[in-house]
Amino acid sequence: MTSLLLVAFLFLIAGVIAVPIASRFGLGSVLGYLLAGIAISPILYALNIDVISIQHIAEFGVVMMLFLVGLELEPRMLWQMKTRLIGLGGLQVCVTTALITGIAMLFGFYWTIALAIGLVLCLSSTAIVLQSLNEKGLMKSDGGQAGFSVLLFQDIAVIPMLALIPLLAMPELMDTASSAAEHVSGTGSHSETEGGHGVGDEADHDSGHESGLSLVEHLHGWQRAAVTLGAIAAVIVCGYFLVRPLFRYIAMANLREIFVATALMLVVGIALLMSLVGLSPALGTFLAGVVLATSEYRHELESDIDPFKGLLLGLFFITVGASINFSLLGENLLLILGLTIGLILLKAFVLLVLSFIFKVNGGDRWLFSLSLAQAGEFGFVLLSFTVANQVIPESVADKLLLCVALSMLLTPLLFVAYDRLIAPRFVKSDAREPDTIDEKGKVIIAGIGRFGGVINRILKSAGHNTVVVDHNAASLETFRKFGIHAYYGDATRPDLLHAAGIDEADLLVVAIDDESQINSIVHYVRHNYPDIHIVARAISRHHVYALYAAGANDIIRDTFDSATRAGRSALEALGVHSYEAEKLIKGFVEFDQYALREVASVFDENIPAGENQAYIDKVKSIMPLQDAAMQGKTDMFSGSYGRGWIPPGKTTDQDSEQ
Amino acid sequence: MPSMIVYYAHPGHRHSTVNAAMQSGLDALSNLTRVDLYHEYPRHNINIETEQNRLLEHDIIVFQFPFFWYSTPSILKEWQDLVLEYGFAYGPGGDKLAGKTILAATSTGGEVQDYSLEGKHQTDIRGLLKPLECTARLCQINFAAPYVLFNALSKDNATEKQSHIDGYVKLLSTLQSGALPVDQIISNNTLGWRDVDQLMETK
Repeated sequence: MTSLLLVAFLFLIAGVIAVPIASRFGLGSVLGYLLAGIAISPILYALNIDVISIQHIAEFGVVMMLFLVGLELEPRMLWQMKTRLIGLGGLQVCVTTALITGIAMLFGFYWTIALAIGLVLCLSSTAIVLQSLNEKGLMKSDGGQAGFSVLLFQDIAVIPMLALIPLLAMPELMDTASSAAEHVSGTGSHSETEGGHGVGDEADHDSGHESGLSLVEHLHGWQRAAVTLGAIAAVIVCGYFLVRPLFRYIAMANLREIFVATALMLVVGIALLMSLVGLSPALGTFLAGVVLATSEYRHELESDIDPFKGLLLGLFFITVGASINFSLLGENLLLILGLTIGLILLKAFVLLVLSFIFKVNGGDRWLFSLSLAQAGEFGFVLLSFTVANQVIPESVADKLLLCVALSMLLTPLLFVAYDRLIAPRFVKSDAREPDTIDEKGKVIIAGIGRFGGVINRILKSAGHNTVVVDHNAASLETFRKFGIHAYYGDATRPDLLHAAGIDEADLLVVAIDDESQINSIVHYVRHNYPDIHIVARAISRHHVYALYAAGANDIIRDTFDSATRAGRSALEALGVHSYEAEKLIKGFVEFDQYALREVASVFDENIPAGENQAYIDKVKSIMPLQDAAMQGKTDMFSGSYGRGWIPPGKTTDQDSEQ
Repeated sequence: MPSMIVYYAHPGHRHSTVNAAMQSGLDALSNLTRVDLYHEYPRHNINIETEQNRLLEHDIIVFQFPFFWYSTPSILKEWQDLVLEYGFAYGPGGDKLAGKTILAATSTGGEVQDYSLEGKHQTDIRGLLKPLECTARLCQINFAAPYVLFNALSKDNATEKQSHIDGYVKLLSTLQSGALPVDQIISNNTLGWRDVDQLMETK
């Protein structure tokens, strides 16, 4: 227990110290984590802590991240991406693999090893790239979108790669086991036997592990394919039909932690299913995310999973930093540095060429090329897999591992280079095309009850984009049936507002019915987003004061307007000409607003109105004025009964006597 | 027997003496469509469809209103702006109202001598009603001589006012019954209650 706490504390303190510093210098959080990992690696080594096994746990952060990415991506958008996904992604993987394979063969590797190296290194780091793009707000840019297409294709490509790699090993192992060793010694390995021993160990360990937890181990190829497709179908079908009722059921319980637990259970469950059938867990959760992207629980899921993702990814980056083997790096410094830089240049070059073909232009071209030039975390996975399958000798794999880690370490620097050197040159061209921003000024409506529902209908029918958040699962379900899309969630939570897109929104309508919750939303949003326009629902006249103090732009009393309309109908029913009734009500509203302002100075939210003598006196002094105004005995209010359309020679008093 | 619709526009109906009484006088007539514009559209939300259908169903359109600032009350202008649509009342295919007749019935605070080229307003009432007349012409609607009461706010002409009110009811009932063909009041400059009496006698 103590040692667990110690490790946790070590990781946390490293992150807490390094990340803010890196952010302050504009280096991004990823580099901060990586440096934190490097800083604590001697301590971890001294404590004999297995960094790699921690890294395997932390890789789950990538799985969660892809789930979140999927949530942001509706199926329709995924379909729109298909050309880039297959064309750009496919070409990147094929061309990069081919080039690296060719170069590796020039270095004297046998083609199977060379191909395995190519496959390992062609992949980029989803974790680093997406984290950095999100952090810099570049995810929605053309370069960011193109990069994401490639990353997604790579995630899919990992599956056939995992199937292909064992095949590469077979002829070697059957016939010329020694030839592999020869090649290894050819590249300057120190100890052939030691390497071989390690490989055997790993292989035993891994294969045992695999066979214990795989559903498809002993199946034929076609059965395997059937199970795999079945699993994907299960994720989609369950995501579509089962998850919604499940969350509705959970939401009824109104326990936040159970909702979080359910969200985690969903992600972990899908990841487990995918691993069991030999698919990438990241891909599975991504699919589940896409399926749930249109559901009302999307924003709630996002804000529930996001903290876990953030922490796990941070841990992952730290372990990448910590796993760098500095003694090995020191021994082969020039070779590994050269290989890493060569790898980055090669990958960036391929991406640059592809960006011309797929018309990624301007600054986005460089963002796309530089951001994806590293090798990625799947490289780690594939490397241990190739070693386990005796495709790549361990001594070679160790050096490649260093290359992968170093290239990931250099990536944040490439982002910094893009920010400082390249982006400024293209600022002009960015400013020139405001039309390409695909998301219009968004409106967030908190609460879709009887109040917010009307507002939403008005805005939607006028062609505005709204994001609706409500925490009443039952009414959401009803709205769904009428084709109104609303998201489940508690709008008083900052993270949920964030997930709903408050950073990009122009307008927030607070339409929930709980006075203190309304206050807290308005207060929080005004404080953190000074420029957003807030239309707030006031429950009572006294609530108006609180909302005014909190900084709402428009404060609308929820029953006042309908009450005045009912009053107007009553006047009409009593035989008042409808135009007169209209004018009376206008005057009444005008007077009421005047009274509200007059009384504000003596209102004290800490004293109940009935006990506030100054307040009572003020109200009493104003009420006769209102009677006079309504009966046309004063000309205080221009829109009221007293004035308007009185012929010359008549006075209001005369008139009212008639 | 021509069908008739009376549009009444008075935002201060409560303060009115003459116009309100003219409206009450119309209670005696049957088969007359009456619209109090300020009552029907207190928030000026005029229903174009309803109004166009009303126009199609009637031959004689009466506008009854107090003369405000040399013009109609605002809702009657709003009504014209919205209802007399391109392609309906004018323009290509805009002949739906052709052959109908508009009769304006209005009352002014000023005296009759004020409304002349030499008088206070340096224009006569026909001149001031030109916009309405031109509107009618563009819509191929006949513009009848307006039925006018001057000096409507005075307290000294109660009998004359009553004659004007009675004359209004008489004029509308004879037009509606066909006893007075509508083309007989096209050529006059303006109509007063005395003219109505005269027309009755010549009948």
